[in-house]
Amino acid sequence: MDRQTVSLVRRRWPGRTMAWLRARVDAIAHGVVLGALSIAEAVLFHPVLLVLAFVPLPGIGPVVRQLNDLTRRVCGEWCGVAIGSPYRPVPAGEGEGGILTWPQRRRWLTDDPATWRDLAWILLNPMIGTVLAGASAAAIVYGIFGMALPHGSTQLAGVISHPLYGILLAAGGFLAAPWLLRGYGEFARSLLGPTEHAELAQQVRHLAQTRSDTIDAGAAEVRRIERDLHDGAQARLVAMGMTLDAAGQLIETNPAAAHALLAEARENSIKALGELRDLVRGIHPPVLADRGLADAVRALALDMPLRVHCACELTGRPPAPVESAAFFAVSELLANVSKHAEADRAWIDMRHDGGVLRIGVTDDGRGGADPVRGSGLSGIERRLASFDGVVAVSSPPGGPTVVNMEIPCALSSPKTSSC
Amino acid sequence: MRVVIAEDLFLLRDGLTRMLEAHGLEVTAAVDNPDDLLAAVTSSRPDVAVVDVRLPPSFTDEGLRAALAARRQVPGLPVLVLSQYVEQLYARELLADGSGGIGYLLKDRVFDSAQFVDAVRRVAAGGTAMDPEVVARLLARNHGEGTVAALTAREREVLALMAEGRSNAAIGAQLVITERAVAKHTASIFLKLGLQPSEDDNRRVLAVLAYLGA
Repeated sequence: MDRQTVSLVRRRWPGRTMAWLRARVDAIAHGVVLGALSIAEAVLFHPVLLVLAFVPLPGIGPVVRQLNDLTRRVCGEWCGVAIGSPYRPVPAGEGEGGILTWPQRRRWLTDDPATWRDLAWILLNPMIGTVLAGASAAAIVYGIFGMALPHGSTQLAGVISHPLYGILLAAGGFLAAPWLLRGYGEFARSLLGPTEHAELAQQVRHLAQTRSDTIDAGAAEVRRIERDLHDGAQARLVAMGMTLDAAGQLIETNPAAAHALLAEARENSIKALGELRDLVRGIHPPVLADRGLADAVRALALDMPLRVHCACELTGRPPAPVESAAFFAVSELLANVSKHAEADRAWIDMRHDGGVLRIGVTDDGRGGADPVRGSGLSGIERRLASFDGVVAVSSPPGGPTVVNMEIPCALSSPKTSSC
Repeated sequence: MRVVIAEDLFLLRDGLTRMLEAHGLEVTAAVDNPDDLLAAVTSSRPDVAVVDVRLPPSFTDEGLRAALAARRQVPGLPVLVLSQYVEQLYARELLADGSGGIGYLLKDRVFDSAQFVDAVRRVAAGGTAMDPEVVARLLARNHGEGTVAALTAREREVLALMAEGRSNAAIGAQLVITERAVAKHTASIFLKLGLQPSEDDNRRVLAVLAYLGA
């Protein structure tokens, strides 16, 4: 070990020890808070909560749900146990003005297993939860003040007492604090978390929503294509036919006029081809079909009026629908950059790891892009949602704007394509 | 002048053959797939190959790859690639080897047979025929960059036609100005862009395309 390494180790040790101690002290403190809350809930609210579980307040739903949502959040932050919301969504109101009728409210609450599991939590938490959460603090307090210190007077009857046991008990409580807190989190999840059934139901709801969005988007796209064909190429071909007919009639009597008409027909056919080409580009860009996502994005970057740097590394091709969605998302983002961002440069990086396609689009523009108001961004969000993809936007005023997209997918064929 | 055509659609293959023959060119082979193209260019050694980008089996960019393969097999073989759409990316790949004898045109250009045949002859002679749409996009991309922005409107017109591969005489005819006026413009363009002036038309075109980032 050279001197630098030694000094590094020395410097790191106190830091690590402090972090280790800190984690335990935090765990004990959090345990005490959670234990105290459990008891407070039990003593003060028990009878009231049982009523509140079934009586929703206007606007916020049952109070118990709000409280338990708080517990879920705290468990995620303190115990490291993420707990999802298990509740069924509020049904569409059957009453006047779309409000829930009372029978509807009752059914919504009593039919949801999560309501009954909430009640079980309220009943069991003061017993089991309090023990798990408060055990380490209790062990420390009792070990030190009850057993180790000479004036300890609360010794358990029939237990051989010795100051050493007290210290061991306190140390055990101190060491075990994070695990006990985690145990509390797991216990909370077993009752407050969604059951497998509820999780599946939630997923079905999500799929149904994204499916209907996808179908709507598809139908709108087909309508747009139909309209474009009708107003564009189709109209031009009709005009061309008429012009050719007129030219045919004039060819004997007035060859010069016929010639002019033929030139016009040719002009129209060129314009019709141009319109068809633009339409095809909008449906499925040629380079995307030919080469796949990486080259298509590279070709797109070349067509941009600003400098776009590509770092795209893909070892295969994502499924065609994902490729297409990702391409149009990047295309929309670059269009936004050149329209609104006043940027000189943009960077695209694309890679696939851990079963996820990750695409980042960054620009050095003025920032301040609002994902809520920007219909382009929400369109991208909807488009990617069909593939369980997500979009994250960071655009502080003054820039830079960073948009990150992640789409879970597998790559096919190990054909190398990079740019 | 001897030409090989590779085009998978019968109607277009037939139309192209008739058009080129009507203009006095000899079509030695008209094939519909990449393998036959490679066989035809090695056996009949044409002056130029006219190749569609989309060829079987997958109808993606086989034609482009076949054209590049043919040039490797027969070094310096002039190739004119036709496509339903044009991409800067593909233009760049065609121009990558830095030698002339390259054409990349939209299929629509065959509607003007005189100009199209002119492009075929130019490519066969080792020149360049770059589609105006590619050139327009190259110029759009360079628009904000200092030097191209410093050109006058007329000079930009001349630059665009030069990038397409036209000679001074052709540029003069197109813009209805004298060849000497064109020469004055090109000299000024080369000075402003900091390019080495060259009497050789082909080298001049390649220098301009390289400058524009094709």
